[in-house]
Amino acid sequence: MTESSDTPLLEMIDISKSFGGVQALRGVDFSLRAGEIHGLVGENGAGKSTLMKIIAGVHHDFQGTMKLDGKPVRFRSARDALDAGVGMVHQELSIVPDLTVAENVFLGTQPKTRLGTIDWRRMVRESREHLAGLGIHVDPTTIIGELPIGLQQLIELARVLFSGARIIILDEPTSALSPPEVELLFTTLRRLRDSGRSMVFISHFLDDILSISDTVTIFRNGQKVITSPVAEIDKRQVIEQMIGIGHRELEESYTGEITLDTQFDAPVIMETRGLSHERTFQDVSMQVRAGEVLGIYGFMGCGQIELARALFGKIRAQGVLTLDGKPIKLTRTSIARQEGIAYVPESRRSMLFHHEPLYKNMSISILERISRMLLKPSSEREIARGHIDNLRIRTPGPDQLLGNLSGGNQQKVALAKWLTHAPKVLILSEPTRGMDVGAKEDVVRIVRGLRDKGIAVIVVSTEPETVLSLADRILVMKKGEIVREFAGDTVSKDRLLEAA
Amino acid sequence: MSDTGTATARAGGVGGWVRGQLRNIAPFATLLFLVIFFSFASESFFTVVNFANILNQVSITAIIAVGLTFVILCAEIDLSVAAIANVTGIVVAFFTLQESYVNIANLPLPGLVAVLIALLICFALGMVTAFGVTFIGIPSFIMTLAMMQIADGMSALFVRGQIAYAVPDIVLTLGSGSIFGVPWIVIVAGLFLLVAHLVLTYTRFGRYVYMVGGNREAAEYSGVNVKFIIGAVLVIGAVCSGVAGMLGVAYFGSAQQNEFTTYLLDAIAAVVVGGTSLFGGRGGIPNTIVGLFVLGVLNNGLDHVQIDPFLKILIRGLILLAALVINVYAQRLRSQAENAGD
Repeated sequence: MTESSDTPLLEMIDISKSFGGVQALRGVDFSLRAGEIHGLVGENGAGKSTLMKIIAGVHHDFQGTMKLDGKPVRFRSARDALDAGVGMVHQELSIVPDLTVAENVFLGTQPKTRLGTIDWRRMVRESREHLAGLGIHVDPTTIIGELPIGLQQLIELARVLFSGARIIILDEPTSALSPPEVELLFTTLRRLRDSGRSMVFISHFLDDILSISDTVTIFRNGQKVITSPVAEIDKRQVIEQMIGIGHRELEESYTGEITLDTQFDAPVIMETRGLSHERTFQDVSMQVRAGEVLGIYGFMGCGQIELARALFGKIRAQGVLTLDGKPIKLTRTSIARQEGIAYVPESRRSMLFHHEPLYKNMSISILERISRMLLKPSSEREIARGHIDNLRIRTPGPDQLLGNLSGGNQQKVALAKWLTHAPKVLILSEPTRGMDVGAKEDVVRIVRGLRDKGIAVIVVSTEPETVLSLADRILVMKKGEIVREFAGDTVSKDRLLEAA
Repeated sequence: MSDTGTATARAGGVGGWVRGQLRNIAPFATLLFLVIFFSFASESFFTVVNFANILNQVSITAIIAVGLTFVILCAEIDLSVAAIANVTGIVVAFFTLQESYVNIANLPLPGLVAVLIALLICFALGMVTAFGVTFIGIPSFIMTLAMMQIADGMSALFVRGQIAYAVPDIVLTLGSGSIFGVPWIVIVAGLFLLVAHLVLTYTRFGRYVYMVGGNREAAEYSGVNVKFIIGAVLVIGAVCSGVAGMLGVAYFGSAQQNEFTTYLLDAIAAVVVGGTSLFGGRGGIPNTIVGLFVLGVLNNGLDHVQIDPFLKILIRGLILLAALVINVYAQRLRSQAENAGD
């Protein structure tokens, strides 16, 4: 790695971009040299993905100048960018799982014979050679969906390279990979760098960024904070720049330390021992006590969402799960409900009935309690009215159709359906996502109230602010495993990010 | 974010109400149109006698359609209803003493036992369908297509190309008898519709059926035993078909292969023309009743006017297509309104 040329391979000058009224990028400068791995970090919504999508031709209406090899360019599509040598590997892979490795490598560019049919032999031969050149030894006639996810990702990378990309943008490439797979990916990336290609590496995993990148650029609130050689910065400093400690102008409440307090003498309500589910989480052992809010924090794809689903019987996990000391088998959600476990998923759409009235939405989980065989709509409405008052749901009445409520109010309905008869365990997945400040405060108030009634609450989130504002104790999950516990201690956002 | 949906609904006014209720208004308007049309086109159509005829003619379809209403409300489909009706009718005849000239190796049993065995058969076939759909995960469209073949095959084995005539007395009475001039079959159909309506509207099970059809994932996240509900509606569908099949054999006066073939399309058409959503969660027995009358009036009315009998089939097909278009269109209007509300 030498600073050979003065002109960067790619240069972005004074880039701004807004979506609707939201300013996603404000006057960002960014440059990428040939033969460089450039790490990009920042919180969700900091603007790093937006910038990369501009480079890759996904977004094309923006302000500012973009230069490739010193010449101004403006891509109109991802195809356009790829033709100019800029390719992107998205977090959600775009391979076709039912096709072979060779077909995927040549997707959309299959070689033809003189008769106009697909030249299979050439396709297999060339993809074998090409993959071997990257250190990937795999039979090109294998169905790609049968390969491990790490290999699939490398093959997608190979495809982008094969279409002639000199600049490759990798969005969260390591989030689904096991440590040996990460090592394989990094070896390949280093080899590519040494052959003169440039890579942009976007990730939440700071350890990964710091071990593979030559340079790192940090984003915060749509602006570039700093670009620095990796050798001159450490993880602590990266986190400080990401969340802006020392720049007191923003986020006063959650960046500071909060004190966790746990009642260790309260009885354990739910306990897991060695709970595992396929690739999503492994060997999870934890306890939740009565009257405590347990926060589980981790980045997107770290398994905490799946763990929450398994605790409600939506997916089946291996391992031991006990409730009040008794082992239970959650083979379906109705068993979990009867055992007193309640669950509010991250998406409102997947738990509410949009063209049914409010009261039916609120009573669905408690019908067995208020009626034997025949329904009692009058008591359903009565219960609904109570929730509407308690949770300050803004609606004309219990007969209003749910679809007519605003998003925040719908979220409250999703919570209300479990509150008529207090559950033993309440699991909340991303309870404040997309809410405005007022609605978030309502959720905090409601959850604290439930905790004080002795309910064990589990809050699962990818947003540090959410767990920090709600939890009494915090578990951090990383790539499917619990890696850290914060309890009876003070914790702050930077320590959470560091642990993850 | 704030209450835009409510605002839209209010701003919609009469137009919005019509759009929201299109599913219920369109079938009723169709029925009205057909009644008026046939009344002018034929002198014999709009009479008390003919009205009684129509009731009589739709009764078997009605009993099958009751079961299908449950199934379609859950966003599933059952293509085996006619075949199960057929095999159940044949089974009840198989266990009844036939006249000596009937060349079937039948096993005569007491009437009530024969009826019980027949009910058990349709229940068991429904259970097989339910198992295939809920536990193995076969889409109901394919699973019931296979069940249609299985039931048809059983019918063929029982009668071996012959025709049976005798059925137990109770089946004979309910299928072809009358009380105070009212055919029993009309009363039975009315009872099935009434009970189904009460179950769907006033019981917990009925509520779950609508919720599972409305949003299956949400029902599961609410702790509803979705597999049980889907299995149950498929069994209800099969048992209703079985009852229709037994009474149908008495109604027709014979039990033979392929005698219910047209009832599959008629029953599905009645449910869908009535406005029950093919996507589940919306509609119900009142819709099915309107649909039954649309179909009944259409079938009956076409017999009263001078028309090429071969054209009748085409006209029925076109009416069904129109109903499907309205059904899907109503769903789209609704989901547009929902998206505006988000």
